[in-house]
Amino acid sequence: MTHNLTEKLVISGLRFATYAIVIVIGYILFDIIWHGLPVLDWRFLTEMPRRGGAEGGIFPAIVGTIYLIAGTIIIALPFGVGSAIYLSEYASRNRLTETIRLAIITLAGVPSIVFGLFGLGLFVLYFNFGPSILAGSITLACMVLPTIIVTSEEALRAVPKSFREGSLALGTTKWQAIRTNVLPYSFGGIITGAILGIGRAAGETAPILLTVAAFFLPRLPKSIFDQVMALPYHLYILATQHPDTSKVLPLQYGTALVLLILVLGLSLGAIITRSHFRRKYRW
Amino acid sequence: MVGQEFSNNRAIEVNSLNFYYGDSQALFDINIAIPRKMVTALIGPSGCGKSTFLRTLNRMNDIIDDVRLDGRIMVDGDDIYDSKMNIVTLRKKVGMVFQKSNPFPKSIFDNVAYGPRIHGTKSNSQLAEIVEKSLERSGLWEEVKDRLDDSALGLSGGQQQRLCIARALAVQPEILLMDEPASALDPRSTTKVEDLIGELKKDYTIIIVTHNMQQAARDSDHTAFFYEGRLVEYDETSNLFTNPKEKQTEDYITGRFG
Amino acid sequence: MFKDKAIKGVFVGMASTSIFIMLLIFVFLFKEAFPFIKHPGLSSLLDMKWVPVSFQQERFGLLPLASGTCLITMLAMLFAVPVSFFSSIYIAEVARPMEREILKPFIELLASIPSVVLGFFGLIVLAPLIKSFFGLQSGLNAISGSILLALMATPTIISVSEDAINSVPSSYKNASLALGASRVQTIFKVVVPAALPGIIAAVMLGAGRVIGETMAVLMVTGNAARITANPLESVRTMTATIAAEMGEVPFGSTHYQALFWVGIVLLVMTFSLNVFSQKILKKYGAFK
Repeated sequence: MTHNLTEKLVISGLRFATYAIVIVIGYILFDIIWHGLPVLDWRFLTEMPRRGGAEGGIFPAIVGTIYLIAGTIIIALPFGVGSAIYLSEYASRNRLTETIRLAIITLAGVPSIVFGLFGLGLFVLYFNFGPSILAGSITLACMVLPTIIVTSEEALRAVPKSFREGSLALGTTKWQAIRTNVLPYSFGGIITGAILGIGRAAGETAPILLTVAAFFLPRLPKSIFDQVMALPYHLYILATQHPDTSKVLPLQYGTALVLLILVLGLSLGAIITRSHFRRKYRW
Repeated sequence: MVGQEFSNNRAIEVNSLNFYYGDSQALFDINIAIPRKMVTALIGPSGCGKSTFLRTLNRMNDIIDDVRLDGRIMVDGDDIYDSKMNIVTLRKKVGMVFQKSNPFPKSIFDNVAYGPRIHGTKSNSQLAEIVEKSLERSGLWEEVKDRLDDSALGLSGGQQQRLCIARALAVQPEILLMDEPASALDPRSTTKVEDLIGELKKDYTIIIVTHNMQQAARDSDHTAFFYEGRLVEYDETSNLFTNPKEKQTEDYITGRFG
Repeated sequence: MFKDKAIKGVFVGMASTSIFIMLLIFVFLFKEAFPFIKHPGLSSLLDMKWVPVSFQQERFGLLPLASGTCLITMLAMLFAVPVSFFSSIYIAEVARPMEREILKPFIELLASIPSVVLGFFGLIVLAPLIKSFFGLQSGLNAISGSILLALMATPTIISVSEDAINSVPSSYKNASLALGASRVQTIFKVVVPAALPGIIAAVMLGAGRVIGETMAVLMVTGNAARITANPLESVRTMTATIAAEMGEVPFGSTHYQALFWVGIVLLVMTFSLNVFSQKILKKYGAFK
């Protein structure tokens, strides 16, 4: 009897811990949506900010973030997929492969602010790009590279070995086998990884703080050597650096909500893509 | 020298072949000559090296890391492990059908057309002709001609295996390697595949690995018995099964082990 | 054949970028930090005070920053570890399959919320709450920061420990149940001990994430560079220091170099945590 009671108590305790986390997440989302939604309208999204961001919209920050994530993925995707192809299709168990794997794991653990320092030292100063879309995108690309490599490699490995053997036995070269009979079936997983990478790049502040982000710049960039505003940095500025933070609170909530929608939308997109391709290719 | 001696009715000749996975040797001093346009069965208990041997013949073992081989394998008088040998040409000439049917997740048509397309056939009418001919040869044409655009994954197990045979035939090989092609099939499909093998030997040299001794006895002209990486006995099938010379062969075919 | 070799070469090259980037990170961090060794010398990093801008004596002691990071990390793990531990057990062993399918992505959602958004939430909602709860003058202190960081570490710890728990062979469990042990006894006496190395690695990975986190701590810890063990006081972490000060220092100055030293220490700390936890995962993680 008492035995059964302890059993139940412990299990309720475990359940309580889990749902406590769920409730906290739910509350955070609710709070931001509840206060942010009234601010969201067409003008907020498409107008330039005025008076140091105290009025007006967040259009250049949205555009800046889109430029940054586009630049990031253009740079990171080829290298990420290329690395994944090497690791899953070509790599033999040797020191080079081990070093590559160690580098990827290490890279994944580098704090985002250290990426910022690195980007500042190498791209902004040494290559003399200045704080720019280019410097920021390359820095973010270095940061999301491990995500893209790991998910793409998983996707490639999920394609059965028999597809490769089947192709090779018909007299294809190794690359022909990969291109025609492996890559097409791992496409879904690779796209999923790319979306996850973009989502991470979109939400990061620390790496762009030192390499690209502009405090207040109410115009659109003309080239990849221009600075831009970006949503996460804009939120940081509004929330902490603005002389009258409480007055611009609605704008902060609005910006936070837009950022949240962008990032969570991308995660959701990744989940949907994954399940779509899982249904399409079943073997 | 051997090139001159290479008799016209031998498709493959193997001399002192040794094969290693890393440090462990999988094949020991294999010598065998495989006759043209006949069925040669490779039998033996699991792990005896028969599949490994089969895969040395089209160099499929090359895709595994850390394998090593010495000795010589001649196909049509060419040393296939010579550095000048083009693996693509070799694998076109020596087709392979796997133990587990492996249709690609494409349409039936695209599965069969896959090889010819890679090798440069672009014209649709030509491809259609190759597909029809290959499917006819593998006895599948009547069953699938109205649904060539359906996914190959919708076919039954036996049909999938015959599709894989058609896919191999579409690149016009001279030799077909079959690695236990019927082991995953039900008895009816097995019969169909066996009948097909009997049909195909008119035009192709066939080497088949099998676990099933009745199958070897029924389908093949020659049988090679492998045991622990060595070729123990090789003879005409009727001789080997009725009058084995080696004790190990006799024990195996009478079911004392394996 | 030649073409195939060339293609392989291209992929080897692409895969080597990760090594290359890692090397560049070390090289450029050291390159920017290097002149500091000559003047004012590495020993000045051991100063007890961080006063980078001063009319009398600039001081670049990393200890207050390191102690801030340590305090925040320990507090955050204190909050995150028990909750994550219990909930990973719940998700892996207790939850029904349907429930698990909903819980897992929902908790992973937390991992994808940008840290600046969590920092904003901390600033607007959490800090005032802490302030009135403890009756403080300001809610911007170590405890607010560590609660936010605990939230960020939670998804990492849960998902890695859950993997570890799931990879315990069910034969262990069945054997225990067959001997008449209850479900809870089986979980705590058989499953958890077997999964322990994986759970420890999960905690270390979570700690790595906490140490490296920047925006949330920058926004809610108050950023006073002082050595303290009191969670209700304001502290400043290494990451926040770089983020807050790098924008305003003259390039190449001693202060600038000192900030790169902060980055190096940070990198070495997270690097060791990562390598160590991967070692554990590799050594004990695989029952498969």
